[in-house]
Amino acid sequence: MTAADPLFSGSGLTLAVFLIVLIKVVVAFAVLMGAVTMMIWFERKAISDMQSRIGPNRVGPWGLLQTLADGIKLFFKEDLIPAESDRFVFKLAPYLVVVPAFLIFAVIPVGGMVTIAHHTFQLQVADPPMGILLVLACSGIAVYGVMLAGWASGSKYPLMSSVRASAQMVSYEAALGMNVVTVLLLCNSLSTRDIVNAQGGAFWHWNLIRTGIVPFVLFLIAATAELNRPPFDVVEADSELVGGFNTEYSSIRFALFYLAEFMNTITMSAVMVTLFFGGPAGPIPNIPHLRWVFPILWFTAKVVAFCFMYIWFRAALPRMRYDQLMDLGWKKLIPLSLAWMLLVAAAIISWRWALVALAAVVLGWSGLTWAFELGAERELADDAVLPTIGQRPLPGWELRHITDGDEDWEMDESDEDADSDEEVEA
Amino acid sequence: MNHLALPTVSYAALAPILFLLLGGVALMVLSALSRRPLAAGTVTGYSVLIGFGALISALAEYGHVNGAGPSSTVASAIAVDGFSAAIAVTVSVVVILASLLSHGYLRRMQIDAPAYHVLALTSASGAIIMAAANDLVVLFLGLEILSIALYVLAALNRRSAKSEEAALKYFILGGFSSAIFLFGIAFTYGATGSTNLQVITRTLGEGVAAKPGLLLAGLGLLLVGFFFKVAAVPFHLWTPDVYEGAPTPVTGFMAAAAKVGGFAALLRVLLTAMPQLSTNWTPVVYSVAVATLIGGAVLMVVQRDAKRMLAYSSINHAGFLLVGIVAATSAGISADLFYLFTYSVTALATFGIVTMLAGPRDDDAGIDRLSGLARRHPAIGAAMAILLLAQAGVPFTTGFIAKFSVIEAVVGHGSIPLAIIAMASAAVAVFAYLRLVATLYRTEDIATVDLGYDDSLTDGPAAFAIGLSVVVTIFFGIFPAALLDFGRTAVAHLLP
Amino acid sequence: MTSLLATVAIPDLLVFLLGALLCLVGAVSILTVKNPVHAALSLVMTLFGIAVLFIELQADFLAAVQIIVYAGAIVVLFLFVIMFLGVDREEDLAVEPIVGQRPLAAVLITALMASIVALGLVGHFEVGPATQTGMLHGGAGNVADLGRSVFTTYLFAFEATAGLLIIAVVGAVVLARRNNPDDHVAESQVEELA
Repeated sequence: MTAADPLFSGSGLTLAVFLIVLIKVVVAFAVLMGAVTMMIWFERKAISDMQSRIGPNRVGPWGLLQTLADGIKLFFKEDLIPAESDRFVFKLAPYLVVVPAFLIFAVIPVGGMVTIAHHTFQLQVADPPMGILLVLACSGIAVYGVMLAGWASGSKYPLMSSVRASAQMVSYEAALGMNVVTVLLLCNSLSTRDIVNAQGGAFWHWNLIRTGIVPFVLFLIAATAELNRPPFDVVEADSELVGGFNTEYSSIRFALFYLAEFMNTITMSAVMVTLFFGGPAGPIPNIPHLRWVFPILWFTAKVVAFCFMYIWFRAALPRMRYDQLMDLGWKKLIPLSLAWMLLVAAAIISWRWALVALAAVVLGWSGLTWAFELGAERELADDAVLPTIGQRPLPGWELRHITDGDEDWEMDESDEDADSDEEVEA
Repeated sequence: MNHLALPTVSYAALAPILFLLLGGVALMVLSALSRRPLAAGTVTGYSVLIGFGALISALAEYGHVNGAGPSSTVASAIAVDGFSAAIAVTVSVVVILASLLSHGYLRRMQIDAPAYHVLALTSASGAIIMAAANDLVVLFLGLEILSIALYVLAALNRRSAKSEEAALKYFILGGFSSAIFLFGIAFTYGATGSTNLQVITRTLGEGVAAKPGLLLAGLGLLLVGFFFKVAAVPFHLWTPDVYEGAPTPVTGFMAAAAKVGGFAALLRVLLTAMPQLSTNWTPVVYSVAVATLIGGAVLMVVQRDAKRMLAYSSINHAGFLLVGIVAATSAGISADLFYLFTYSVTALATFGIVTMLAGPRDDDAGIDRLSGLARRHPAIGAAMAILLLAQAGVPFTTGFIAKFSVIEAVVGHGSIPLAIIAMASAAVAVFAYLRLVATLYRTEDIATVDLGYDDSLTDGPAAFAIGLSVVVTIFFGIFPAALLDFGRTAVAHLLP
Repeated sequence: MTSLLATVAIPDLLVFLLGALLCLVGAVSILTVKNPVHAALSLVMTLFGIAVLFIELQADFLAAVQIIVYAGAIVVLFLFVIMFLGVDREEDLAVEPIVGQRPLAAVLITALMASIVALGLVGHFEVGPATQTGMLHGGAGNVADLGRSVFTTYLFAFEATAGLLIIAVVGAVVLARRNNPDDHVAESQVEELA
C-alpha cells in the first residue's frame, strides 16, 4: 500500500545510498535554517509595511542580513539563569522546542523524484508509513518545551504562560488531528508522500476541494492556535504576561525559542500545503533537465503564501481572550471537525449514507447548541478562591482568575516569589 | 479494497447491556437538554423502567438460551448463555431496587439525581458485560465501566469529607488492581496467543501445558485483580473504609453490583477458560476462601459502626461465594448464582435501612443509633431483623438456603475441611448479626433523644423496596425450589 | 535463549536495548527523583522507550499513537495539574512514612524481576518478537490491520470502550461541577479527618 522511497528498493545499504540520505538531511537542515532567517526578515518587513513603517533596512541590501546580525548579537550575550530556576529543565526546554520543529520538516515532501548517479529518490528526508502522525507527535512534544520553559524559570508570569500553553495546545491538538483524519479518509494512507500523490493533477484534485474546504479552514485555525501565533498568542500575551514563557531566557537559549517559533510557522505551512494543497503539485513546463525544479518551486511558492498569511493574521487580528479561545476550541472546532469527518466518511460510501450522516449531524449540532445555551444560563455557585483540603479544585473559574490576573486573587506562592525576588535583588 | 466481513450481532442477546448503557446515556442527554432540572421522581421512575426493560430482556434471553442452547455473538466476544442471562437478571433486579432505595436519599442530600442514575445504570451495564464477556479484553472493559462509575458514585456526597476519602481510596487501590489485572491479561495473551476464553481453553491442551510458567503468572495476576474487586481477604483492606465513607445507597449498590460482576467474571474465567489448570488455582482459591471466611467473620464482631460491620459481612459472604468456586462443579456454580441473587437483594435492603438511620448528613451509622429501633418503629425494626437474620443464614430465609447449597456443593466435591471452616465462620458471624438484632430490640435508652432519622423513615419508594426485598427473602427462603432450578438450568446452558 | 538470540539481527538487538534502557532508566528515575515535575519527565522517557520498542516490533502506528496520546496529552495533563496545584515542591525522600517499607519493596521488586526473567526463559510464548510471529506482516500495513481487527474481532471491545469513555467524562464532570454553594466539605470535618 505504501510506496516506499525507491532509494531503498535496491541492493540494501550501499555507501552511495548512505551518502544520499546524509546529504538530504544536511540540505534539509541548512535550507530550513536559511528559510527561518528569511522568514524573520520577511515578517518584520511585511508587518512594517502594513503598519506604514520602514522596518529593518540597515544591514545588507533591504536589511536582509538583519536576522544574521541579531543572531550574532544574541549569541554573544550573557547567558542568564535565574536563581529560582530549575537549572536542568531550564536548559533542556529550548531543545524540546527546537528538535520537534526540525523533525516535522523531515516528513514533508518538498519535490518529486530526482535521479542522481543512477539512484532515484524522493525529495524528502524520510517517508515513514505513519508520516503524518509523526507531525502530530512532534507538535505534541513541542508542548513540553513551552510548558517546562515557563515552569523552570521559577517566575510567576512564565508559569502562567506555561499553564495556558499546555491547556491550549492539548485542546487544539484534538481538532488538528480530527481534520487530518478527514484527509486520510480520502487518501487511504498515512504516508505524506502518498497523501501528496493522491492529489496529483490540477487544483480540483487537491484535498482542499475534495474535502470541501471546511477541514482546511478548521485545520488552519487549529494550527494557528497550536503555533501560539496571533490571534491565539495568549501564551505570550505581552500586555498580560510580560513576554510569556520565555521571559527569563536570554542569549542563545532565547534565540532557540525564537528560531523554533518561526521554524514552526514554516513547517506548519508546509504541512498544510502537503495535506490540502497538493504539496509540490502544479503545472510543469517541458524544459529538459529542469523538470525536477518546478515541483520545488510550486511547493516553495505555496509555503511562502501561507507564511505571508500568518504575518497578515498577526498584523490584522486582535488577540482572543483566553476563555474565548477555549470555547472556540472545545465547543466549535472539535464538534465541527467531528461532524465534517462523519459527513465525508459517509459520502465516500454513498450519498444515501451522506444524507443519514447529515441528519445525524444536524440533530447533534442543534442538541449541542441547545445544551451549551442552557449551560451558560445555569447559575453556578461562586467557587472558593483556592481549593483547600477536602474541597475540589475547579479549573473553570480559578483558571480564569489566574490567567486573567484578577486583582483580588492572590496565589499562595506569590508571597514566596516576592520574597525570592528580593533575595535575588539583594 | 476488499470488504470487511462485519461480525453478526445478536441484539436480543445484548439487550440487557444496551438497555442499561444506552438508558444511562439517554438520561444524560435528556438532563443536559432539559431547561429545568429533571424531577427526582421522574428520574427514579425512568431508572426503574430501564431496570425493568433490562430484566425482561434478560429473562427473554434466558428463555431463548433454554431453547436454542448457548452461543456467542459479536465475533464470540459476548457469551449468550444461561449464566450471563441469570447474572443479567440479578443485576437488573439490583438496578430496580437501588433506584427505589436511593430516591429519598438523593432528595434529602440534594444530590443531583440524574448524575447518580446515569452512573448507576452504566455501572450496572458494566457488571453484565463482565458476566457475559467471552474475551478478556471485553471483561476488562466491563470491569472498568463498573469501577469508574463506582469511584465517582462513592464521591457523590459532596458535603462529606469521608465520602471524598472513600472515593480516593477506592480509586487509587482500584486503579492499582486494574493494572495488575491488565498485566495478567497481557501474560495470558503472551502465553496463549489469544484473549478469547474458548481459544485459551483450546490452546491450553497444546504447547502451553508443557511450560505453563507464563500462563500461571497471568492467572495469578488475574486472580489478584478479581480478589480485589470482590473484596476477598487479604485484598479486602479498602472495603470497610469505602463502604463506610460512600453515600449509603451507593454502598448498597456497590456491595451488590460489584460483587455480582466480579464473581460472575471470576467463575467464567476459572471454570470455562482455565478448567485444565484447576489443580493450580484450586489451592489458591481454597486458601483465600479460608482467609476470607475467617477474616470477615472475626472482624465483623468487633465493629462499632453498622456500615463497617456490613462491609465485613460482605467480605464473609465473599468467602462463601469462593467456597462455591472451590467446588468447581455445576452444583457449585448454581449455588453461587443463587447466593449472588439472594445476597444482592438482602444486602441492598439492609443498606437501604441503614440509609434511613444514618442521620441527616449520612455520616453516622454507629450501632448505637439502632438501639431500640424496633420499639420506636416496629415495621422497620422487624424488616432489619429479618434481613440481618437472612444474612446470618437462619432457616426459612434465603440466606440459609444459599449457605446450605454452597456447603453442600463443596462437600459433594470432597472438601470437608472447607465446609467445616465455612460453617464455623457462619457461626461466628451469627453472633455479630444477633448482637445487632438484640440492639434493635433493646428496651432501655430508647429515651427521648432525637436521633434525627424520623423524617427519613417516611421514604415511600425505599420502604416499598425494602418491603419487597423482605418478601423475596422470606418467600424464596421457604420455597427456594423455583429459584434454585432457575440457577441450575442457567448453569446447564453455560457456554463451554 | 540462544535460539531467541539467533533469530534476532544485530541492529534489531541494538534498537531493542536502546528502547529497554530508556524504559528502565526512566522508570527507575520516576521513583528516585525528588521533584514531581522531574518524575513526570522521567515518565515521558519511559513512554519514549516503549515507543521505540513498538517501532522495533514494526508497530509504527502504535509507536506514533503512544507518543501522541501518552507523551503528548496525558503526561502534559499530569504536568498541568502538578504546576496548577503548586505541588511542584521537592519532597524529602529521607523520611519513610512506613518503617521498613523500602527494604521490603526492594526485596519484592527484586523477586518480581527475577520471576519475570525466569518466566521469560522458561515460559511458553505463543506471541513474541516480530521475527517470530509475523502477525502484522503480509497484511495491508499497520493501520489497515488494526482497523480491520477493531471492526471484526474486537468490535464489541471497541464499542465498549466508547461506553467507558463516556462514563469517564460524565464522572469527571460530576466531580468537577459544583452546583450548590454549600457543597464544600465543612472545615471541621476536614480537621476531624486530619
